[in-house]
Amino acid sequence: MTIAPLCPTPIMQHETIQMAHGAGGRLSQALMQRVFMPHLHNSFLDLLDDQAKLDLPPGRTAFTTDTYVVSPIFFPGGNIGELAVNGTVNDLAVGGARALYLSAGFVLEEGLPLVELEVIVRSMAKAACHAGVMMVTGDTKVVGKGQCDRIFINTSGIGTIREGVNLSCRNLKPGDSIILSGTVGDHGMAIMTSRGGLSFQSRIQSDCAALNGMIGTILDEQPSAIHAMRDPTRGGVAATLNELAQSSSVGIEIHEATIPVKPDVRGACELLGIDPLHVANEGKLVLAVTAGDAEKVLDVMRTFDLGRDAVIIGSVVDDHPGMVVMRTVYGSRRIIDLPLGEQLPRIC
Amino acid sequence: MRTPMRYIDEYRDPALARKLLDEIRRKALHHWTIMEICGGQTHSIIRNGIDQLLPDTIELVHGPGCPVCVTPLESIERALAIAAREEVIFTSFGDMLRVPGNARDLFMVRSAGGDVRIVFSPLDALQIARDNPSKEVVFFAVGFETTAPANAMAVWQAAREGINNFTVLVSQVMVPPAMRAILSSPDNRVQGFLAAGHVCAVMGYEEYEPVAREFQVPIVPTGFEPVELLAGILKTVELLEEGKAEVVNCYGRVVSRAGNPVAQETIRNVFEVSDRQWRGIGLIPGSGLGLRESYARFDAEKRFNVTNISAEESPLCMSGRVLQGMLKPDGCPAFAKECTPQHPLGATMVSSEGACAAYYNYHRTVS
Repeated sequence: MTIAPLCPTPIMQHETIQMAHGAGGRLSQALMQRVFMPHLHNSFLDLLDDQAKLDLPPGRTAFTTDTYVVSPIFFPGGNIGELAVNGTVNDLAVGGARALYLSAGFVLEEGLPLVELEVIVRSMAKAACHAGVMMVTGDTKVVGKGQCDRIFINTSGIGTIREGVNLSCRNLKPGDSIILSGTVGDHGMAIMTSRGGLSFQSRIQSDCAALNGMIGTILDEQPSAIHAMRDPTRGGVAATLNELAQSSSVGIEIHEATIPVKPDVRGACELLGIDPLHVANEGKLVLAVTAGDAEKVLDVMRTFDLGRDAVIIGSVVDDHPGMVVMRTVYGSRRIIDLPLGEQLPRIC
Repeated sequence: MRTPMRYIDEYRDPALARKLLDEIRRKALHHWTIMEICGGQTHSIIRNGIDQLLPDTIELVHGPGCPVCVTPLESIERALAIAAREEVIFTSFGDMLRVPGNARDLFMVRSAGGDVRIVFSPLDALQIARDNPSKEVVFFAVGFETTAPANAMAVWQAAREGINNFTVLVSQVMVPPAMRAILSSPDNRVQGFLAAGHVCAVMGYEEYEPVAREFQVPIVPTGFEPVELLAGILKTVELLEEGKAEVVNCYGRVVSRAGNPVAQETIRNVFEVSDRQWRGIGLIPGSGLGLRESYARFDAEKRFNVTNISAEESPLCMSGRVLQGMLKPDGCPAFAKECTPQHPLGATMVSSEGACAAYYNYHRTVS
């Protein structure tokens, strides 16, 4: 009789995130090799150092950070991964910077399926490639079930600012034209209508996209025309215009009839009693431009898919400093204020 | 790029709106004070600046038809007390979450660990009850005759299925008793009404005919879009100029004289008429709906024993006078000073249908 005692070996192949994936041991290494490196690897990341050592081109440096906690993590038109890359690339680009390098910090909830993480990482790699940036350093932590909502991602980014470009939300001058690059509210409504609890379905897709290609061309071709640029994310175009008006102590007047809204987004906003101007975008641009150059800037923007629907929505005025006023289609005027907080659907 | 949207854009046509405005200017030979009952109408009027476009002879005053605004402080305090309980999932229309009680709102209860959820229909709340049999699921049943049928349906369905972990905190109110209260007040200035279209869709407009006769006021069921509102105002002006105290339906695409009999029967099955407190106004006899005795086991006030909670209004808040059309929001000394949407003294500054919030959001310095 032979006894062949089987020494139990630890399970190394998991289908979901375990606490041990974040403990710095073998499982952490396996996660790195199996999920992150195949998609994100590059000459910086491959060194597996604790830091990336970068040679930045001469000039001023722009540095930004943002944390992404969107729910659901997969939504029509994108996922949290590409949002985390595009959002940070856009934050650099609207400051006139060429986005170069990103970092990524992941907080993973125990139990997150690895296949989902892999889809997210793969789309981050794709988005970074598309935007021409490199993911050069990163970190992963795992928290217990219920301690975060599946996955949170922080990305930080570094870029160099183009010479001769000085964009600031304090630069608006009366007479400037306000340009909007396309339809409003797509991202926020895609998220809202894909959350549980709403009993209607929509085909609304998030507009999640990197704007640095279009912005680069605008700044190359019309460097002195642009006074300020912002991507109207949380709080929507309304919040962005208010911030611009307040920072520059000028008034902004926009025209209701010019604001582009997709029919599905309009419909969902009508049903929920929400103003599309208050809804988030993730691939749109608001610009304040010298009035005489506005048409030229529009011509440049319209050569890009992302700027196909670009339009002048209003202008900077001397009146009502710090406030945004809309001329309605009836000729009356109303204030466009900052949204108060969470968007609350009305009762009836 | 603005793609047309059927059943909406026809009713927002600027050319048609201008035509109606010209007609109103032509017909309005005297000064008239007209009340739009519904907060949804108030918001549409202020948002689209219709009040700026009307001739000076037409004054619009804003009525009590905002469910969030008239839900009494006691009910809010009861909701807060129930929502904070460990065994409770408290469900509500989103609008109610920001309404302050004496010291906190439902958002604050949620951030302190309470399970407070926004639902879009009371039937969604019932589904939460089915899915969470070990929890007590409470729905905040507020609103006018518009929300009453669905709220009644949820209770009726719960009874039919024997769902025992579902209750409703009821603060249902009705329009005609409020109109009578406004018209009976010695301070009343209202000479004609735009009746709330969606309330009339449920109840019809027959029940307004005795009010029109008794108080000699024209009443015009009206929709919510700018063209519909202007058509309703024009009709009211015509009736006033002709001295006719009649009910004339200007919302024919939705409203009939008899209303929706199935919805009415659902309401009658579950609810009975009761006295009701209105926030800022006080008790209006026979102005509310309460659960019938046969459905008393679905009454959250009784299940959680919160009937003895009472509350004090801010002495600065004049929302009661605003809700009765006696005061415009910007005529209140606290407006945009002590009272803002960030620090509301009363619910009229909170709700998306509240008159004070409408003035604050759209009107502050424009006028």
